[in-house]
Amino acid sequence: MKYQTQKLAYPYFVAAMGLFVAQVLGGLIAGTIYVFPNFLSEILPFNIIRMIHTNALIVWLLMGFFGATYYLLPEEAETEIYSPKLAWIQFWLFLFAAASAVVGYLFGVHEGREFLEQPLWVKIAIVIVALMFMFNISMTLLKGKRTAISIILITGLWGLTLFFLFAFYNPSNLSLDKMYWWYVIHLWVEGVWELILAAILGFLLIKMTGVDREIIEKWLYVIVGLALFSGLLGTGHHYYWIGTPGYWQWLGSIFSALEVFPFLAMVIFAFYIVRKSTRNHPNKAALLWVLGCTVLSFFGAGVWGFMHTLAPINFYTHGTQITSSHGHLAFYGAYVMINLAIISYAMPHLRGMQPYNQNLNMWSFWITSSGMVFMTFTLTAAGVLQTHLERVLGMNYMDVQEQIALFYWMRLGSGIVVVIGVLLFVYATFAKGKEEQAEIR
Amino acid sequence: MSEGITKTAARNIFFGGTIFFFVIFVALTVHSHLYIVNVSTDSSTLNDSVARGKHVWEKNSCINCHTIFGEGAYFAPEVGKVWIKFGGADDPEMGKEVLKAWMEAMPTGIEGRRQMPAFNLTDQEHEDLAAFFEWISRVDTQGWPPQPEE
Ligand code: HEM
Ligand SMILES: [Fe+2]
Repeated sequence: MKYQTQKLAYPYFVAAMGLFVAQVLGGLIAGTIYVFPNFLSEILPFNIIRMIHTNALIVWLLMGFFGATYYLLPEEAETEIYSPKLAWIQFWLFLFAAASAVVGYLFGVHEGREFLEQPLWVKIAIVIVALMFMFNISMTLLKGKRTAISIILITGLWGLTLFFLFAFYNPSNLSLDKMYWWYVIHLWVEGVWELILAAILGFLLIKMTGVDREIIEKWLYVIVGLALFSGLLGTGHHYYWIGTPGYWQWLGSIFSALEVFPFLAMVIFAFYIVRKSTRNHPNKAALLWVLGCTVLSFFGAGVWGFMHTLAPINFYTHGTQITSSHGHLAFYGAYVMINLAIISYAMPHLRGMQPYNQNLNMWSFWITSSGMVFMTFTLTAAGVLQTHLERVLGMNYMDVQEQIALFYWMRLGSGIVVVIGVLLFVYATFAKGKEEQAEIR
Repeated sequence: MSEGITKTAARNIFFGGTIFFFVIFVALTVHSHLYIVNVSTDSSTLNDSVARGKHVWEKNSCINCHTIFGEGAYFAPEVGKVWIKFGGADDPEMGKEVLKAWMEAMPTGIEGRRQMPAFNLTDQEHEDLAAFFEWISRVDTQGWPPQPEE
């Protein structure tokens, strides 16, 4: 580790891991309620658990992005972070806001739009946190070297901050509410977050393969170009049935179908670069997460997204377990895995040990990923049946749910596997390495 | 693979193209906004009661079990047309009654059946929630959800 301030990443990664565990435990409880509906129903109803599950996910991914930025920016810009103090204030404020939100949920304090349930003051705190962060890294970039990676990263982060502002606009017209709600949700995951993803990916590939930066950075611009050219108008795939005009069925179908290409390009790019590798990097675990990330994001976002994105298909699958299957694998493959990749890469440096528990880390890769893939299959099967029975044959919702109960059992099973994999990851990250060693310089 | 265009060209295409598509997207958003306000939804009947009803829906985080226009959690049924299902379209008084009775019967406590919590709404909140469901049931959602003959 060349720069002192890269250490700022550490608290962010630790908090991310903590919230990650909370997220999957929340998911486990939610999955349990699906098969034992009376479980906790009086004390902790499903809606509260689900808010914790989804919000913890988003917050820990953001923690991870902040940490990743503090870690990689000094190396890219070849200068220390502008204000370490501000980074620490930002960290505690964010952690405090996130923790209060979760505790508040348990007592029924929340707003009520999906994913944006944070009480108003927490939303304001998030904006303050984001602005502190943007100020800090923008100043760092201004005094340092500007590489394509850091420019793409900071463009993504500015986009993240700006689009979050739509969280404050909640018109009483439900259709308007929904249209702008997607400005946050879709333009995040299928827009600006892809820039963050690509930048972290590019950074890790440069470090681990030694391939010429020029080649990697040119690829990155092509990938993020594909992402935004398709993803902006691709928002239309959420504008089919909410009261928006009919032309979105055409525009949304065409452009969102093209959203597969940036994900495909990332797979090809990562494998091509790794094959050209001139370096035998010792951190095999991090490389595994990098390659796994491109593959599973291609399947989760690309293939599972495409599966229901065309309007005539979405007409039947909209809001079924199909949506749920896609949501799970896309978030996991793209944003969970890129975070785990950079954490696997950076932690040995941050903790001053050699590549530590690589074996355990790689086991956690296979366990968690197979759990998620199997979960996706079970939800997909549930969703196909649900779509047919409910949307084609016209059976009643609750009756259909009974028909597909078997799949919820299998989903719970895969959830248990995922939790085991996640705990193993955390253990591998924090336990003492076998070959514990002095600081790598 | 790495030849062809230069990095600067790739960057310029990225920023130029993004601005291009973003402008189109914003323009279509403006158009869609006007379409919602003037065509697909009935702005003239969007009164305070409907607005408060939406707030009741939000305050109780109904969306984290149900879907509304297909969005939300997938744990409980879609509510976009629940007003029609409860007979409110033909007889509003009955729609309100049925909705209220439904809400107050929760949780059923039936073993092995998904539970909806007791929200203990006030009479005013029941009234507003019904107004909200009535209003959204008339939004033109391009024919969604599918209505198969049973
Ligand atoms: C990493 C990127 C992605 C993530 C994290 C992601 C995540 C999600 C999530 C969580 C939802 C559910 C939202 C809700 O609660 O209503 C959703 C919906 C959807 N996504 Fe994605 N997605 C990604 C990429 C894609 C791509 C590339 C496509 C198309 C090729 C796509 C197509 C869709 C569609 C059509 C829906 C709406 C489903 C419905 O009608 O119910 N997604 N996505
Ligand atoms: Fe989307």
